[in-house]
Amino acid sequence: MTPITALPCIILVIIKKQNVLTMVNRQFAPGIKDAINYTLELKPFRKFILSNGVAVYAIDAGVEEVVQLELVFNAGNWYEHQNMVASTTNHMLKNGTSRKNAFNINEHFEYYGSYLNRACYNETAMLSLHSLTKHLHELLPVIQELITESAMPEAELDIYRQNMKQKLEVNLKKCDFVSNRLIDEYLFGINHPYGKYSSSIAYDALQPEQLRRFFDQYYVNGNCTIFIAGRLPNNIELLLNENFGSLPLNKAQLPHITHPVEAAAEKKYRIINDKEGIQGAIRIASHFPGRHHPHFTKAQVLNTLFGGYFGSRLMSNIREDKGYTYGIHSYMQNHVQQTAWMISTEAGKEVCEATIAEVYKEMQALREKAVPEEELLLVKNYLIGTILGDLDGPFHIIGRWKNIILNELGEDYFYTAVADIKNVTAKEIQELANQYLHPNRFYELVVV
Amino acid sequence: MIPFEQFVLQNGLRVVVHEDHATPMAVVNVMYDVGARDEDPSKTGFAHLFEHLMFGGSVNIPSYDEPLQRAGGENNAYTTNDLTNYYCQLPAENIETAFWLESDRMLSLAFGEKSLETQRKVVSEEFKEHYLNKPYGDVWHKMRSLAYTTHPYRWMTIGAELSHIENATLEDVKRFFFKHYRPSNAILTVAGHVTTAQVRQLAEKWFGDIPSGEKYIRHLPLEPVQTAPRKLEVHANVPADAFYKCWHICSRTDRRYYATDLLTEVLSGGGSSRLFQSLVKEKQLFSNIGCYHFGSIDAGLAAIEGKLVKGVKMEDAEAAVEAELQKIKGTSVEEKELRKVKNKTESLIIFEDMSLMNRAGSLSFYTLLGNTNMINEELERYQLVSAEELRQEAEIIFDANNSITMYYFGNH
Repeated sequence: MTPITALPCIILVIIKKQNVLTMVNRQFAPGIKDAINYTLELKPFRKFILSNGVAVYAIDAGVEEVVQLELVFNAGNWYEHQNMVASTTNHMLKNGTSRKNAFNINEHFEYYGSYLNRACYNETAMLSLHSLTKHLHELLPVIQELITESAMPEAELDIYRQNMKQKLEVNLKKCDFVSNRLIDEYLFGINHPYGKYSSSIAYDALQPEQLRRFFDQYYVNGNCTIFIAGRLPNNIELLLNENFGSLPLNKAQLPHITHPVEAAAEKKYRIINDKEGIQGAIRIASHFPGRHHPHFTKAQVLNTLFGGYFGSRLMSNIREDKGYTYGIHSYMQNHVQQTAWMISTEAGKEVCEATIAEVYKEMQALREKAVPEEELLLVKNYLIGTILGDLDGPFHIIGRWKNIILNELGEDYFYTAVADIKNVTAKEIQELANQYLHPNRFYELVVV
Repeated sequence: MIPFEQFVLQNGLRVVVHEDHATPMAVVNVMYDVGARDEDPSKTGFAHLFEHLMFGGSVNIPSYDEPLQRAGGENNAYTTNDLTNYYCQLPAENIETAFWLESDRMLSLAFGEKSLETQRKVVSEEFKEHYLNKPYGDVWHKMRSLAYTTHPYRWMTIGAELSHIENATLEDVKRFFFKHYRPSNAILTVAGHVTTAQVRQLAEKWFGDIPSGEKYIRHLPLEPVQTAPRKLEVHANVPADAFYKCWHICSRTDRRYYATDLLTEVLSGGGSSRLFQSLVKEKQLFSNIGCYHFGSIDAGLAAIEGKLVKGVKMEDAEAAVEAELQKIKGTSVEEKELRKVKNKTESLIIFEDMSLMNRAGSLSFYTLLGNTNMINEELERYQLVSAEELRQEAEIIFDANNSITMYYFGNH
């Protein structure tokens, strides 16, 4: 049987081959429109002010009947006098008010199929709601209750403390977790909001009374900005005003608090966290002027080339050529006041030093040789294409505006940044590399 | 309602088109009906290793990523025990670039020795990073090999052991490719600012001449019904004791799947769920607890896992979990609680469908399951589940003889 069936197969293959040649030429890439030739537009927000002066930024867009509401307070750890007070207060917003216990609160939001999350950052802290638009009116009154009547119950704090301490103990076994804490400490100092981190001692020191005071000053009588996006109900202004417009928000001036940066003198660290560890977490980081600096966007392009996308120099060399790691990335770790330029990877213990050497070689290459035009165009297209894809949907659009507004970057920031990406030259990239990508500027850490 | 059209090329490639002209982008999603369950028990981890090799150049194109990024696109891929999925998103005007790239790697890979050698190392580092160098990283290796005696779900997607990946040869790789990466074993979904006519023309042009290959017929060994409890004790260098318990559940296409899914939601979907409220908040036996299922296509597992509060005895923690399971087996959930988990499911589906990429992925997945329109029917199936069905399902699943228990002790 075999020869009989084999023969027609061979003929078939020959025919197919001819077909391939006449039908489609796979050797050459189809023509493309360079993404940098796209005009990007960021849908403008609608802004309105509640009776008490709270600003609301709204994007009414999308096809699904959903809404995302974010209440941003100036209640980050910048404002706390004791470690963990800001993040714990933020967490406890869902753990009981004078009228409802934690279970009642969770049940209410979950019954309506909504998700109420909270997050605490360095300068800001927020409550965010994702819900179907039709349920919004059932949820806003409870959010109002949370930001005015949270009770910070002691029993809830005890459970939180106990569970967080245990979680911390597990995390401290992980080299990546430990390295993230230490590198921030080297850059900013253990007392700075960007450099400090959790500890068992800090959890033990938390008292409900401190949380209540922080809540009263930074939430009840705090400074709030509202961002809302999705398919908004027609009466959205009225709804927000009814629920938040008469609260005593945005009355008091924010206290002016400064925190000096205390960067470590020593730049190189090798730490054994787990004697049996088989990988090392590598962090290489330096200070970088923040988002307001005129170099910022162009340095982002340099960062993308260097280690900011899958085809980056670091990935191509250290993952795709050497196979030292599953992934290596560089990025700007942005805070409101400061930025750090960070290179981050986990690599086999025995190749950690070789990995670091390659990172510096890639810095050197970017300093010494202008990036080829083709590679630069590729990165620009990639970045613009990514932004284009990322403007998909109301939540992404409001996310971009939130970043611009909270960082006071100016309403034309999006367009300036896009223009910077499109226009940056290979020469400028090389100059930036020479200014910022010097090994002696960087802290270097390996945690095994 | 998510609209779509579908057709099949002569070589067996199934094509799904979802037009959405509100976006300037297009998503091209290629799902291959091959996962870790299709691997030879002595060569596990292949489906996943393969996913890496798919970026190492194809027969006519030395690099996949570069041309895509030049066209303003981005991409990624993932492998599960059931399937392998590749997806990219790019400005719709450049969509032909995606067709060119995806069809060439379906035609044939470059099969370079260097690419294999590098990716063997990369995957080894991935293995170490996620499973060896992490506290509790070995749990699911151990759990799977205890829960399954026969079915290939007994190993994880990353593979049963590092050596299988380290010993992979180019010959193995080629055989795997021509067995599984054929048009008849793939689903192409194109979504976004495209038309069906355009996709049809491009699909014919780029994929039409790829030989259909021999259709892979899956013959996986059936897992025998478990008839007695299974238990394992582990001692490891971790700071907290942990409790893991699994039960066999139905397959993804079984109509009982929806009750099973809601059941895990009643037990641990959020801050008002039963296990969290009772065991973390009221009794304070666990510092965290979760209940979920693996969502696998063949009969899978439901799991409860939690870390014990320091000083709590494993037996006491287990007894408290058992008491909650007795409750849900004995008494139907109240209407309000049932409505809650259905409402949550409704919004989860709507939120997921907001993303074009998710829609493309779901369309591919449901096509792979055999009914593309499941994307529009799932919510209704959840709505139909009754409180009594939930209770019955709990009774079937949470049976001691169906359970696999792991006590994971730390050193303290």
